[in-house]
Amino acid sequence: MTEQDILNGLATIVNEIAGVPVGDVTPTKSFIDDLDVDSLAMVEIATAAEDHFGVRIPDDDLKDLRTVGDAVAYIEKAGVAV
Amino acid sequence: MTASALRHARISGVGEHRPARVLSNDDLAAKGLDTTDEWIRTRTGISSRRVAAETESVITMGADAAAKAMAEAGVDAAEIDLLVLATCSMRNAIPGGAARIASAVGARGIGAFDLNAACGGFSYALSVAADAVRCGTAQRVVVVGSEKLTDWIDWTDRGTCILFGDGAAAVVVEPSESMGIGPVAWGSDGDGHALVGVPEGDWAIRMDGQAVFRWATTELTPVARRACELAGITTDELAAFVPHQANARIVAAIARVLRLPESVVIAHDIAETGNTSAASVPLALSRLIASGQVKSGDPALLLAFGAGLTYAGQVIRIP
Repeated sequence: MTEQDILNGLATIVNEIAGVPVGDVTPTKSFIDDLDVDSLAMVEIATAAEDHFGVRIPDDDLKDLRTVGDAVAYIEKAGVAV
Repeated sequence: MTASALRHARISGVGEHRPARVLSNDDLAAKGLDTTDEWIRTRTGISSRRVAAETESVITMGADAAAKAMAEAGVDAAEIDLLVLATCSMRNAIPGGAARIASAVGARGIGAFDLNAACGGFSYALSVAADAVRCGTAQRVVVVGSEKLTDWIDWTDRGTCILFGDGAAAVVVEPSESMGIGPVAWGSDGDGHALVGVPEGDWAIRMDGQAVFRWATTELTPVARRACELAGITTDELAAFVPHQANARIVAAIARVLRLPESVVIAHDIAETGNTSAASVPLALSRLIASGQVKSGDPALLLAFGAGLTYAGQVIRIP
């Protein structure tokens, strides 16, 4: 799975859960400040991403994922570890 | 001695008691709590909650709700032979409240017991009541969910004090020609006992909100599906979904994962009620019926869940 695949998958999830247009979900965007995604929505996005990508994203790690790029990098790294 | 042949059970009446005093988000902010109406509404879906008066208790609220449910069902006190009180907020654990409520509604002497499964309590109690009627152990059961959670609130803890409220609701369960209460899908997770509740040595409810949110939005969807399977219907065939009103965001997340079609009405009582633990599901059911959005005979999925951790759900036919 390429970085772009991960970004596309994540954009679909963020769109479904938080209603953010898919095109707005780009690497430099901050979830809270730019995309208006609060911490509860982040938990939902994390659990959907866990199902979709087959990775684990514990609550403790979630708070460090500030931008879309952080999340993509995390998922890529988590996938590689498997 | 033989048990009666198994028969069906149904809910024949619903009654509610909502305390008169309203505590709004603005009231909480005015008390000095570092929060705003907007923050509370977007994070929880709550605008206000009811607070029981000094003179009101789990007993008085429960008795009022029970009497109203009996009136709705057209059932006399002499016809009731079992009363189950689902509650977790009695100030003193000994004695329980069910016997007192039975006496209060004119049914002194009947079988009566309390059931504490916190927010999962109502669906647990409903299942036990339905089984009693199905087996012939009882003819007519009153199931009450009643809570005075404000007795356990730290009003300086904005993670919890914005969420909880007081109230009671009750149903009458009686025999039926066809399945009116489906088999229960229930369970628990004792490993999550510290996620929400009053900790050892503490006096108020504390909660790890994020962890509870994650648990509720991931572990309960299989339970909801199982309850529908046991009742022989698909989630698409439901007329309504009546989940514990813990938080509007949790309800929305569960409904989303279940892929409930637009045709399924989702019970929404939380805005002016808050989280009333064991009273939550029956209060939401009561409001749903009063709203006219469902009709008698419609299938509705009840899903109760919370502290313990406990959970239970079943499909019922709207009375």
